[in-house]
Amino acid sequence: MLKYDLVVVGGGPAGMAAALKAKECGVEKILICERDETLGGILEQCIHTGFGLHYFGEELSGPEYAARFIEQIEQTDIDVKVNTMVLDITTNNDVIAINKDDGLMEISSTAIVLAMGCRERPRGAISIPGTRPAGVMTAGTAQRYANIQGYLAGKEVVILGSGDIGLIMARRMTLEGAKVKMVCELMPYSGGLTRNIVQCLEDFDIPLKLSHTVTQIHGDDRVEGVTISKVDSNLKPIPGTEEYVPCDTLMLSVGLLPENELSRSVGIYLDRITGGAIVDQYRETNHEGVFACGNVLHVHDLVDFVTQESQIAGEGAANYIKGKKAFSDYRIHTKGVNGVRYVVPQRICIDDSDQPVKLYFRVGQVFTNATVKVTRNGNVIYAKKKRKLAPGEMENIIIKPEDLQEFSEGDYLYIEVEG
Amino acid sequence: MEVRELTCVACPMGCQMTASIDNGVVVSVTGNTCPRGKKYAETECTHPVRPLTTTVKVNGGKHPVVPVKSAAPVPKEKMFECMDVLNNITVDAPIKIGDVIVDDICGTGIQIVATNID
Repeated sequence: MLKYDLVVVGGGPAGMAAALKAKECGVEKILICERDETLGGILEQCIHTGFGLHYFGEELSGPEYAARFIEQIEQTDIDVKVNTMVLDITTNNDVIAINKDDGLMEISSTAIVLAMGCRERPRGAISIPGTRPAGVMTAGTAQRYANIQGYLAGKEVVILGSGDIGLIMARRMTLEGAKVKMVCELMPYSGGLTRNIVQCLEDFDIPLKLSHTVTQIHGDDRVEGVTISKVDSNLKPIPGTEEYVPCDTLMLSVGLLPENELSRSVGIYLDRITGGAIVDQYRETNHEGVFACGNVLHVHDLVDFVTQESQIAGEGAANYIKGKKAFSDYRIHTKGVNGVRYVVPQRICIDDSDQPVKLYFRVGQVFTNATVKVTRNGNVIYAKKKRKLAPGEMENIIIKPEDLQEFSEGDYLYIEVEG
Repeated sequence: MEVRELTCVACPMGCQMTASIDNGVVVSVTGNTCPRGKKYAETECTHPVRPLTTTVKVNGGKHPVVPVKSAAPVPKEKMFECMDVLNNITVDAPIKIGDVIVDDICGTGIQIVATNID
């Protein structure tokens, strides 16, 4: 049986940052299992720029951002197994993995970092009626075809969902000569960044149809067209508003879901809103010695924040391995209320740490000139004015260690928006 | 005097700005909340530029294409012209990050460089 101190599941930005941080903290034997043929994760297909502004202070493409970490990993003795799928985790943190060269492997490990990333919601998740022709795919699939495999997914495209990947692909397909007819968005506002609406849609006169959805897919072998409909305030299609749009491709950009099959199978508690594990400030799950970070924990907007969060998990795992167990069973909860949809971490261990705790959160609607407040037992311990808060943009606040004293086990820290 | 409404793309804030242009010169910008917004509005109203990222074909590489970017933003009106050039180029592996693929794309003086290995 292979023996490691730390096994990292996933070799994208989260897994690489966690492994490197753990190495820096003195962990000796580390293994990264990656199911794709190279390290880098989804960054390898995100060839547009805009990555690294926070972390490196420069604007990089996805592969360039990934390469900075891949090069660092190559300079360490961190073991990497690519084309390797982790199938299971046992209660005592053994990892069951498989690949073509080694076959089925049982790997004993002290700690595990889960960094499997997220997956796009497919057609099945949103139940669009119609036939099942070729040409219906997620925006990320079309992105992989275009940017790694060198295929253009179609020539006349309708995009459903205005998430950032959909917007980026609208521009990419247009530059490659395809006609992107429209982007339909179910909600009355876009799920993507404003700058992407301007640079990816307005630059190319691609219409963004808010409060519209696809209600029928047509075609036998290949998509021949879609029916779109306007939706009412309850998001239900309005009869009589149907419009037929001929196209050969329907691209979906309708949300991302953390990929937690593995976490679920080992009994890790998941957050109903984030779809990721419930963790403490060190990113440890309820399964002792198992940590989670990056998009498998909650979907991030910026890879820079994935890197930062994964370093926390890597350090947490290192402290666990070295027996420096700052962790205690004495925990309080964080909870988003009044406009705050979720908060990560969901728990804070009250221990002898003198480190501040950074809370990440997302709002459920757009707020302007609002105040973010943190309260405990009715007392405000933090308040900050924000010019704009939007569901598409993750926010963070820092709680000072002195504000975490005098809590009782199971107490709540409430994060809310006022105004 | 011409007046233009713009959405700033300098950061995720997306400020709504108004620029006044007189004889091709931006004389005032309002609605921006930082100096970057003013700079974006000035560039956007006089000579708009965009970063260009795409792929070029590779001979003998691990993948059929390798991603590339313009080393600096290219004039917006030349994006499709640049795409035409890049779609008709084939490079030979091995390619390293930063390798110059085109030295001066469409007379802009801007380099096209590889952004991944292959």
